[in-house]
Amino acid sequence: MRKFLTLLSREIRSYFYSPIAYVVLVFFLLVSGVDFYFQVSFMNQRAVEYSVQEAFFNSVFFWFAFVLIFPLITMRLFAEEFKLGTIEPLMTAPVRDWQVVLAKYFGALFFYIVLWLPTLLYFVIFQAITRQPAGSSSGAYFGSYLMLLLLGMFYLSIGCFASVLTRNQIVAAIISFAAITLLFFLGLVSFILLDVDSTTRQLLGYFSAIEHMQTLSRGEIDTRPMVLYLSMTVVMLVFTYQAFQSRKWRL
Amino acid sequence: MIKVENLTKRYAGQTAIDDLTFEVGKGEIMGFLGPNGAGKSTTMRILSSFMPPTSGRASIAGFDVFEKSLQARAHLGYMPENVPLYNDMRVTEYLEYRAALKGVARRRMNERIGDVKELCGLKEVEKKLIGTLSKGYRQRVGLADALVHEPDLLILDEPTSGLDPNQIRQVRELIRNLGRQHTILLSTHILPEVEMTCSRIIIINRGKIEACDTPENLVNQMRTATGVRLEAKTGHDNGLEELKKIVGVKDISLTADEDWQVFSLRTEAGTDVRPEVFRLASDRHWTVRELSQRKATLEDVFVEITHADV
Repeated sequence: MRKFLTLLSREIRSYFYSPIAYVVLVFFLLVSGVDFYFQVSFMNQRAVEYSVQEAFFNSVFFWFAFVLIFPLITMRLFAEEFKLGTIEPLMTAPVRDWQVVLAKYFGALFFYIVLWLPTLLYFVIFQAITRQPAGSSSGAYFGSYLMLLLLGMFYLSIGCFASVLTRNQIVAAIISFAAITLLFFLGLVSFILLDVDSTTRQLLGYFSAIEHMQTLSRGEIDTRPMVLYLSMTVVMLVFTYQAFQSRKWRL
Repeated sequence: MIKVENLTKRYAGQTAIDDLTFEVGKGEIMGFLGPNGAGKSTTMRILSSFMPPTSGRASIAGFDVFEKSLQARAHLGYMPENVPLYNDMRVTEYLEYRAALKGVARRRMNERIGDVKELCGLKEVEKKLIGTLSKGYRQRVGLADALVHEPDLLILDEPTSGLDPNQIRQVRELIRNLGRQHTILLSTHILPEVEMTCSRIIIINRGKIEACDTPENLVNQMRTATGVRLEAKTGHDNGLEELKKIVGVKDISLTADEDWQVFSLRTEAGTDVRPEVFRLASDRHWTVRELSQRKATLEDVFVEITHADV
């Protein structure tokens, strides 16, 4: 356990030592700030049936930024170590492969959570100024941030897997971007194709991140997406571990 | 300490190392010598559990490097070629991280890290970012890293590559001192280094062991040519042709030093052609200013062994 924590603390520190982390942070906070601004100004113009918090998490800005950050966060995780050769001192130290893989994953997850925490401020500010709740219920906050966590865990695990496959960070970024966008758009299909027959639409809906977010940000805590994302995350992490182990056989 | 049996490693059609068998005993400093691409790094990577062998076995301190990899790794301090380090960490930070990974007890950490910094001369740069260090210091950090958990065995892959002569001397001294308490396996293709520090040498070429013995034995036993040096003025004679006729002379190279001719003769082992050379020179009335014999060096052994198939 101590070794895992040592690895984890090093991973977290290395995020904050790298310039790309700050680029991602700034970009992300910029986009989410713009999102919040637009939602509020839209609500200034007409009455709406949804809360600010709901609007925030279901807007185009949100999804745009959301899908883009994962390749940037995860691309360097394994690819950089392979490229620089630092994987050699790492793997010749008495540490287990799973400790390394999980430390990298949780390091990324920690950074991701840090990325999202400031958005809580928007709602606090909103509440302080308008003296009205930003969300329709306390469950709504919980639901949307839970969805963020679940989806984040899954997409990060995809990014990890992509990073393990190559020495080149750009290639890793492209692989994870392609995979995540594809998955995301599969979920969009059920909204765009209105003439799709009901079974296909329903099926795609089960996998739709957009639909999940809509549901959870209203406060309906549906366990089905929870099971989906948690199990898929585990699957991707297992794949990552296997791919990582297989490298020594392919050298 | 190290036991290697029939170790083989094949990559995509190429055989990097072929049926290696050797042992390194406790307290020895073993030199691993060979041309580039001979298989030294591959062997070390297998010993450090970085990659598995295609066949054969290797063990460190009795622990098989494949089956009991974690225990084997705990007994080993490994310094890879080109010393890859995290450039974004500071020296002390990095050593603390490595010590924790290797299981150094928390209460001993400060002491160990202080010791190892002292030993490797890192006190002046302890707060610097690794990315800003010169090659010499990077190498020292790599060495400190290998030592931090007091391993019984050190495996160093080309520890002096890229260093300037001063730094090389310092590292050599360090290795010699370390050799008193640790078993060391180091690889290099710088021969004087090996002669000065190692108790035994393995010469490896194209994946196979060509020789495994002490430096003195190798030099004595091998069928190496010794050398004779003649500085003379041969007048109108073609000195080269005349000298070649002497029995026991393998080949001759000629250089000029102002108006003197310098002949370097390579001769069969065990023969002393100097009397013949002297007789020839006096018969021909050459003016001789030097006639000396040069004993074979490790370099001769190396060249002879690894050039044999070229």
